[in-house]
Amino acid sequence: MLKEKGRMRQASLFLVFLTTILCISITPARAELKGLIKVDGSSTVFPITEAVAEEFQKKYPGVKVTVGLSGTGGGFKKFGRGETDIANASRPIKPSEVELCQKNRVEYIELPVAYDGLAVMVNPKNTWCTSMTVKELKKLWEPEAQEKVTRWNQIRPEWPDKEIHLFGAGVDSGTYDYFTEAVVGKEHASRGDFTASEDDNVLVQGIAMDELALGFFGFAYYEQNQDKLKLVAIDDENPENGQGPILPTPETVLNGTYQPLARPIFIYVNRQSANRPEVEEFVRFYMIMGGPLAKEVGYIPLPDRAYTLALDRFKRRFTGSIFGGKGSQVGVSIETLLLAEQK
Amino acid sequence: MKGLYHIEHRKMPTRRRRGRRGEWIFQSMAFVALVFTIAVLVVLLVDVFRDGVLRLNWQFLTSFPSRKPELAGILAALVGSACLITLTALFAFPLGVGAAIYLEEYARKNWLSRVIEVNIANLAGVPSIIYGLLGLELFVRMMRMDRSLLAGACTMALLVLPIIIISSREAIRAVPVSIREASYAVGATRWQTIRYQVLPLAFPGILTGTILAFSRAIGETAPLITIGALTYVAFLPTGLFSPFTALPIQIFNWVSRPQKGFLTNAAAAIIVLLIVLLLMNAVAIWLRNRYQKKLY
Repeated sequence: MLKEKGRMRQASLFLVFLTTILCISITPARAELKGLIKVDGSSTVFPITEAVAEEFQKKYPGVKVTVGLSGTGGGFKKFGRGETDIANASRPIKPSEVELCQKNRVEYIELPVAYDGLAVMVNPKNTWCTSMTVKELKKLWEPEAQEKVTRWNQIRPEWPDKEIHLFGAGVDSGTYDYFTEAVVGKEHASRGDFTASEDDNVLVQGIAMDELALGFFGFAYYEQNQDKLKLVAIDDENPENGQGPILPTPETVLNGTYQPLARPIFIYVNRQSANRPEVEEFVRFYMIMGGPLAKEVGYIPLPDRAYTLALDRFKRRFTGSIFGGKGSQVGVSIETLLLAEQK
Repeated sequence: MKGLYHIEHRKMPTRRRRGRRGEWIFQSMAFVALVFTIAVLVVLLVDVFRDGVLRLNWQFLTSFPSRKPELAGILAALVGSACLITLTALFAFPLGVGAAIYLEEYARKNWLSRVIEVNIANLAGVPSIIYGLLGLELFVRMMRMDRSLLAGACTMALLVLPIIIISSREAIRAVPVSIREASYAVGATRWQTIRYQVLPLAFPGILTGTILAFSRAIGETAPLITIGALTYVAFLPTGLFSPFTALPIQIFNWVSRPQKGFLTNAAAAIIVLLIVLLLMNAVAIWLRNRYQKKLY
């Protein structure tokens, strides 16, 4: 009996596998596709788009894909002028960018591609700081804290009376925008006296060599440097999405308990460009391969249903942002995202 | 040039003892400065070589970028850099040397030429990112070159022009007036004097200055990033209007990736960039020696 059950399972697994293969291969293999697809934007989304572009060009050698690295803001500036086909974005589009798009009659389709956790990290020799509440983070990072909150015991009296050294993502990055929105409550507002770098490895080195350091950056960088860094668990003091302080892991990011420092990341497709067959196929390919490739380069993929829904939205050419063009928004769980995708 | 500053030590009067001690102090300070500079360079080189030399192989030189560090390579970046610098040379060299000849040989020395002179010297000190912004507005947007090889080369040409003009002028100025006078004395015209006397003598100096300027340009990242040269390009440039990437951009990208493999790749790419730089400087020295021998 048991054996048979196993065999049945094997067979059904095989069937699923076969249908997937068929689904992928039945869609006309337009190997003769040609053209140039221009992508630019966030350095956070870059590794995923790079991976998709690499695989895409293996399948369609006639298509050239270029991916730039101007940051989310820089990417939207080019996208809004109609200079690129796709914008990589680590936060939703902002009002000023929506305006630019309208001015140049650029319509866009917003598609989520993965989840990214922002991790708060300290040096491994730091024994006291294992968790922080969002309030404490706000007290530390808000603009008023500049030159005032400079010692660990100012955050919690039981922590040592030692200086605190802050490290964070550069102010042009979507990561910084999101962190400030989530922690301070206002996008792009924080104290200025911290070591900022667009290059997250500089931050990793900084924290790894400084016992009194605290910093934030993408979860992918923690995964690669686990021996040099220590994660801080975050408590948003909202028992509805998990009690107490929660450490970022792929599971807690996906099930929505690691909040507010988990966020979806996106690509924005120019609607007019989407009518070109090579761009259309690239986006379709992105929604099919994006999940596994995102995982491979260190991000947390969305559930399969999210990609299916997003692809459906793309096929219907549903334009605009589900975030209403207001920039970073905090606490967007997978469920909210899926619900919004169904529109 | 050397002869001008060459002082014969024997004839220097040794009037004061303090002078000797001063000289000793100065000499040791200069020596410390030299050791310090070299030490920094050695540390940098050793660090980069330790990280990257094992990664250097044929596959690395002939592969396109990839998400897998061990499969990634610098072909697009290397070819992009080579095309970029060749085009830059084609634009900047004739313009720069032409401007230098005009300023030195033809232009009247009045307030206008002095204003131009001061401005060129100032331009040579302008941060490269400013040239990037100029290139973005002028070439990429106004002249609609897009983010192409051509736009990149034009921007780079602007960046190196002041340096080429200044070093070419120095070289032309170093040609003794007596040679020009001799040439005029045998009935040569101004053009003939420049063509057959001044330029050949100044040429080694002009070349050295120019190639050093291009060596600087090949390591520049800021202007290229500003005009929007791309990071992921998995094809070779096909023409003047083709999108492109360059070595410093590829290095910049790899350095900021989380995976260790990319850091190794960055170190290996730095070694390649260093080798290209050394080759360019070697060519400069070789050309200089060759022309100098011919003339004397």
